[in-house]
Amino acid sequence: MISLAGRDILHSWGKFVFTGIGLGLLIGVTLTMAGVYRGMVDDGRALLNNSGADMWVVQRGTLGPYAEASNLNDDVYRSLRAMKGVSEAANVTYLTMQVRKGARDVRAMVVGIATGHPNGTLGWPPYLVAGRQITRGHYEAVADIATGFNLGDQISIRRNTYQVVGLTRRMVSSSGDPMIFVPLKDAQEAQFLKDNDAIWQGRHRTENNPSFNRPNVPGLLDAVISSQSTNTFVNAVLVTVKQGYAQRDVAEAIRRWKRLTVYTKAEMEEILVGKLIATSAKQIAMFLVILAVVSAAIVAFIIYTLTMDKIREIAVLKLIGTRNRTIAAMILQQALALGLIGFVVGKISATYAAPYFPKYILLVPMDSIAGFFAVMIICVLASTVAIRIALKVDPAEAIGG
Amino acid sequence: MRTGIQIQGLKKRYGQGETAVDALKGIDMEVSSGEVVGLIGPSGSGKSTLLKCLGAVIDPTAGQMTLGDEVIYSDGWNVKDLRALRRDKIGFVFQAPYLIPFLDVTDNVALLPMLAGVPNKEARRQALDLLVALDIQHRAKAMPSQLSGGEQQRVAIARGLVNHPPVILADEPTAPLDSERAMTVIRILNDMARQFDTAVIVVTHDEKIIPTFKRIYHIRDGVTVEEVGEGKSSALLPSSTLLNPNQ
Repeated sequence: MISLAGRDILHSWGKFVFTGIGLGLLIGVTLTMAGVYRGMVDDGRALLNNSGADMWVVQRGTLGPYAEASNLNDDVYRSLRAMKGVSEAANVTYLTMQVRKGARDVRAMVVGIATGHPNGTLGWPPYLVAGRQITRGHYEAVADIATGFNLGDQISIRRNTYQVVGLTRRMVSSSGDPMIFVPLKDAQEAQFLKDNDAIWQGRHRTENNPSFNRPNVPGLLDAVISSQSTNTFVNAVLVTVKQGYAQRDVAEAIRRWKRLTVYTKAEMEEILVGKLIATSAKQIAMFLVILAVVSAAIVAFIIYTLTMDKIREIAVLKLIGTRNRTIAAMILQQALALGLIGFVVGKISATYAAPYFPKYILLVPMDSIAGFFAVMIICVLASTVAIRIALKVDPAEAIGG
Repeated sequence: MRTGIQIQGLKKRYGQGETAVDALKGIDMEVSSGEVVGLIGPSGSGKSTLLKCLGAVIDPTAGQMTLGDEVIYSDGWNVKDLRALRRDKIGFVFQAPYLIPFLDVTDNVALLPMLAGVPNKEARRQALDLLVALDIQHRAKAMPSQLSGGEQQRVAIARGLVNHPPVILADEPTAPLDSERAMTVIRILNDMARQFDTAVIVVTHDEKIIPTFKRIYHIRDGVTVEEVGEGKSSALLPSSTLLNPNQ
């Protein structure tokens, strides 16, 4: 038996191909939306993995440092290092801001990392694609290549200028902003640095405060102003656990004895994926549903139109003895062919368009496979209307009268 | 001559109760194998209803129909699969050719045997044989849209004949054709009827072709079928009477 669907498609291939391309672009958008979600999750995981930490010690009762603000004294890491089971502990700060290079600026997450360790420490970019790590305590930076900065570029963070000495890749925040690593002291300063007028007014306010400006206590005012001008806080302490120790036990000890909140990697991933990007994920899920419904409506409309164009031929086919299942199979195969063309076009367009998106798009093979089956199911469902109409066609219509 | 199709007391009622309409009130008809008969009557006389009953598309209300030696209807269908009956025992030729636009000429004709389970190669061979018989083999690979009206109708006739059915029902097969092509189609139907020993019933309003039938069945108000004697009728009857016998 010849393939009626195949012959019909070959006969009106232009209609099928162009409809398939239109549908394919829609499917491409759907796959890209799924890729946006995967990219967000991957960004979050990259953030956690690249930090090199087993645990995050943050301000008590907060979801910091990524989902909420968290402040710890910058000497906490010393006492943490002394705890049983702790291998390494290092301060880290995070600040998302606009980083300027000449006239243009880039949104980036500025990460303050502890310097002075020849082999690097927690929080450092684990690998570089060009240049070197930060070796000086001030005014050097390592930037993700997504920032667009090059080695030797001078970039401005607050009032200070930094030289880019190294480039790294896939170091991003949970929202996809590329990272710029600077020495911890500079980052601490950048977090709290005010403009000159604000500093002057602050000092003036302190001088006018009789509690701080006591005539009989020399040096108090200078000490207060000095403490107000420096930042001794970090956002988190990254911790690794010695081999042979359970993360859960070490975390529990820190919670108990240091009165701080500790998150393991699994818990932090849950915060990032389950809380931080949950709303975005729901938003994307809604778009996916809408796109799926629109795709189904388009396929249903096209197959319905194609079937209505063939009502007389279907009546003739039924009159001359064609089985209902043969006619239903013809319509179903056409719908599936349309879906197949659409999926191929969609997959190709999504693959080639993904690198041009500003945010990371991760096209997972399993998503493509799931998308393929979803498209096929949508096509099957969309063809049911046309099949019902075709099966209701009275063969007597071919005779007329 | 062998009986191709025989109808006795065929009735068809639409609706029930007071709104019931008797479209066919007792049709008697017999067409021998190899014979071409005309079926004429005014609009609303029941021609299409009779054709649909003969074509096993609608169910008659009562009566008897015999195809060859097989009684297919006797106050109820005696065959279970009407679809297979239409496919294997009845050929159809329509007013418009209604060829499948996405199949070429050969496959339009070969589709029926393919539907009956004949292998594609054999079905195409049978189709080509018929196209040769109808002198249209040179358009075997053409698509229907590339054919003239007369060529399309010849392909439609080939499709009706390809399964060698005992009866062919032709519904106004010459309506869209000019006189010359109409006569050609009727000649082909006569030739094919003889060659394949098929009974052919041609429903028509076409005055050009009415004189060509040796026998004509004349339906009036679905009540009776008048059989006009062999070799005399149509040419002698005034055309207005043929179109509206009540006048």
